[in-house]
Amino acid sequence: MAIDSVASDAAGPSAESVFGPARRRIGEKVIAVVLFAAAATSVVITIGIVISLAGETLAFFADKAVSVSGFLTGAQWTPLFSDPQFGIRPLVQGTLIITGIALVVAIPLGIGTAAFLSEYASPRLRSALKPTLELLAGVPTVVFGYFALTFFTPSILKGLLGMDVSVFNGLAGGIIVGVLIVPTVASVAEDAMSAVPQSLREGAYGIGASRRQVTVRVVVPAALSGVTAGIVLGASRAVGETMVVLIAAGQVPTTSLDPRGPMETMTAFIGATGKGDVPTGSTGYKAIFAVGFALFLITLILNTISIRFVRRYRQVYE
Amino acid sequence: MTTTAESSRPVSEVLGVPPAAHKVRDRSFVLLLGALTSVALIVLAVLLIDTAIDGVPQLSLSFLTRFPSAFPAKAGIESAITGTLWLMGVVTFVIVPLGVASALYLEEFADNSRWWNRIIEVNIQNLAAVPSIVYGILGLAYIVRGPLSLGRTVLAGGLTLALVVLPVVIITGREALRAVPPSIKEGALALGATRWQAIWRQILPASIPGIATGVILSISRAIGETAPLILVGAATFVAFNPTGLDSPFTALPLQIFSWISQPNDEFRMLAAAAIIVLLVLLVILNAVAIRLRNRYQQRW
Repeated sequence: MAIDSVASDAAGPSAESVFGPARRRIGEKVIAVVLFAAAATSVVITIGIVISLAGETLAFFADKAVSVSGFLTGAQWTPLFSDPQFGIRPLVQGTLIITGIALVVAIPLGIGTAAFLSEYASPRLRSALKPTLELLAGVPTVVFGYFALTFFTPSILKGLLGMDVSVFNGLAGGIIVGVLIVPTVASVAEDAMSAVPQSLREGAYGIGASRRQVTVRVVVPAALSGVTAGIVLGASRAVGETMVVLIAAGQVPTTSLDPRGPMETMTAFIGATGKGDVPTGSTGYKAIFAVGFALFLITLILNTISIRFVRRYRQVYE
Repeated sequence: MTTTAESSRPVSEVLGVPPAAHKVRDRSFVLLLGALTSVALIVLAVLLIDTAIDGVPQLSLSFLTRFPSAFPAKAGIESAITGTLWLMGVVTFVIVPLGVASALYLEEFADNSRWWNRIIEVNIQNLAAVPSIVYGILGLAYIVRGPLSLGRTVLAGGLTLALVVLPVVIITGREALRAVPPSIKEGALALGATRWQAIWRQILPASIPGIATGVILSISRAIGETAPLILVGAATFVAFNPTGLDSPFTALPLQIFSWISQPNDEFRMLAAAAIIVLLVLLVILNAVAIRLRNRYQQRW
């Protein structure tokens, strides 16, 4: 004891006597815990989503009118009929067709926009184009739905192209959803292209390549994982997009493969059923959750794939 | 052997085309990229013009101050505007403290080698990409009915929208905090400040413009969201302004959707007019955000 105090005297005054008591540290701990609790809320939200969806989904399959095999393979989706059928195939098919059309539109537009911004546009043009794309991404989707229904189908598909489409059709829904996801695809792909090291471009120029060859054969392949990430994220947004398809593609679950006719997606079913006041506990109410759970799982898988791809190019170039 | 063979091949053979043809192909390639880039912008322009043609003739002061009606000539959007303003209030009240606290934790406190911190991080990335209608289902099951049982009220709608945009607030908040150079914090710590004092008095004030920009952009996303409100709000025929958090409500996007759903063309014109009001509101919010960013952003 005595030796200890001598030693500390020799070392000068203790930290405590200079800075005052360390009382404040308790407050610091409390603050850290409070902030942690706030951050953990997001995990609670995810758990809430999973439990609420999974719980009612189980109840849905426990319902007498529903069988698991009929749900997965059945070709009819008529939950509100007196003799309800719960085959999810028409909804999944509608979602896949519309997402497919959207990707056919968004992949060339998105990659072309990204390549133009990253390789060709002057800084001034870039600083004008990027906010405009953000503006496009900021327009509420209900507005795009209005546009698809009142302008794109009657004036472009019917009028300009002379196609024989119905008022509600999958084609208009798919194309407009495709335009809607262009900013998503383009911004992720452009990030990846901008991250390609300048030395790769200079190497290609050094052996006589033109700018087009550098873009097509060096930059795009080198940024391929980022470009893929953008496309997958775009697909995930297309699968989850509700308003455009609810308004413009119709609310008729069908197994018809013809996009000129109406079709219903998973999201449109949820929206169409949810807007009426479905009684809690009815099979139709539970069906919302079963379809929502399937939707959640599909987008979760797509998002996870997208995050993986982004991480890959970051590891290589950054 | 092979190297000499390779190097003796003409450039055109390696790169595929004779150099003389480069110019034409390069020129058409730039034109192609430019065309692809402009498609989305043209669609945006046509959309705005078409909506303006349909909607502007319907706009009038009385359109803004009347309530929904079964007769198109008497219908207006006052209750939709006030509903949207109430929702904005609730969303702001929830996302500012929760979003900023989460961002602070992840940037300043979280030890990334701990599994739970990595889970929070991955989870927020995933939540940001969950379709908004799934939040609507959550809101319907847990907020409108179920544990919270708030009913189809302003509070329930605002909470649901807050959940939709919370991940965006956290992500932009983190970026704003990261933009403050570490030397600021290190300087404060070297002068004897505790970790929280350094954050509260140095880092947070310096990052407020960035955080505010993220919050405003999130609010503008929230008030354009329709899908979750279809499940949570439902009441599209609300002929009165909300009187409190427990009041039924409608909102601009809901009113637009309900008018689009009418087969009557006159109602669709009203939808176009309401879209213009919504877009003007969004442009104002975005302009404020951009001004904040440009005016107060510090260059270090």
